Amino acid sequence: MWQFFHKLGSPKWFYGIATRLMPWLLVAGVLLLLAGIVWGLAFAPKDYLQGNSYRIIFIHVPTAFLAQSVYIMMAVAAVVTLVWRMKLADVFVKAVAPVGLVLTFLALFTGAVWGKPTWGTWWIWDARLTSMLILLFLYGGVIALDRAINDEKSAARAVAVLVLVGVVNIPIIKYSVEWWNTLHQPATFKLTEKPSMPAEMWVPLLLAVLGLYLIFGWLACLRMQTEILVREQRTRWVKDLVMAGRF
Amino acid sequence: MAFDSFSAFIAMEGHGPYVWTCYGVFFVLMVGLMAWSRRRRSATMAACRRNYERQERGQQRAARPAATFTRVEVSQD
Repeated sequence: MWQFFHKLGSPKWFYGIATRLMPWLLVAGVLLLLAGIVWGLAFAPKDYLQGNSYRIIFIHVPTAFLAQSVYIMMAVAAVVTLVWRMKLADVFVKAVAPVGLVLTFLALFTGAVWGKPTWGTWWIWDARLTSMLILLFLYGGVIALDRAINDEKSAARAVAVLVLVGVVNIPIIKYSVEWWNTLHQPATFKLTEKPSMPAEMWVPLLLAVLGLYLIFGWLACLRMQTEILVREQRTRWVKDLVMAGRF
Repeated sequence: MAFDSFSAFIAMEGHGPYVWTCYGVFFVLMVGLMAWSRRRRSATMAACRRNYERQERGQQRAARPAATFTRVEVSQD
């Protein structure tokens, strides 16, 4: 176990594993996501209340779901950075923050476009929407703070602290639909209950969520590899890898 | 199929513009993010490679003497 943990901290070992994993993540992710989207767009029955506008759910829920889980993963990595000073944890935080930013933006954008025909407004300052907007700013803050500090170690610590402070926002997003009156509908998936929608609706949604998860995995591997190359360029193994030209 | 025809599928009973805007923006941003991330890795690789090559040229130049001295025979008359 400890040996595995130790290996996981080695950038060289991670780089090799990522190279082997990435084709599978990409192919499986794209297939699952496309299957979920095509099924959801063309074959799932229409919602009796919202009509066809509800078909936005097949990208809105996956992006919103990922936006929050990426932040939780970043928070776990931030703890690892602060406690064990593991280099790869910090590499992860820096590599995925822009991905989280794009996913959060997509969740907000698709939510706004869905809100117009459903609620009659693009935007309202209620709990769910505002806390999601704060998540967008948190991602932006993490990226900006990292860019602002030149020293790698100070940047890692500062970013980790910011990520951990921001993690209070996650339960607020999650429970905002239960704690406050909001236009937003309650969660589609709960761990403890069966989904309230028919299987022809939630199965494609689940496929899209899984697909986007795998694509995120591919993006994380790719972007971590880039960060590792920059940081380890003075090492022998990076030089051998680059000069061998196996990109 | 949930729709009778292709045009009904595009129109989505009036909700088409909303649905297709969302899917359009989603695909543009996701594909853009993926392409950008890939290009960044190859650009980093290329930059590292140029650095290494410059270093190696620098070392070769250092190994070669900057100027050569030849003994000139001067007559001692």
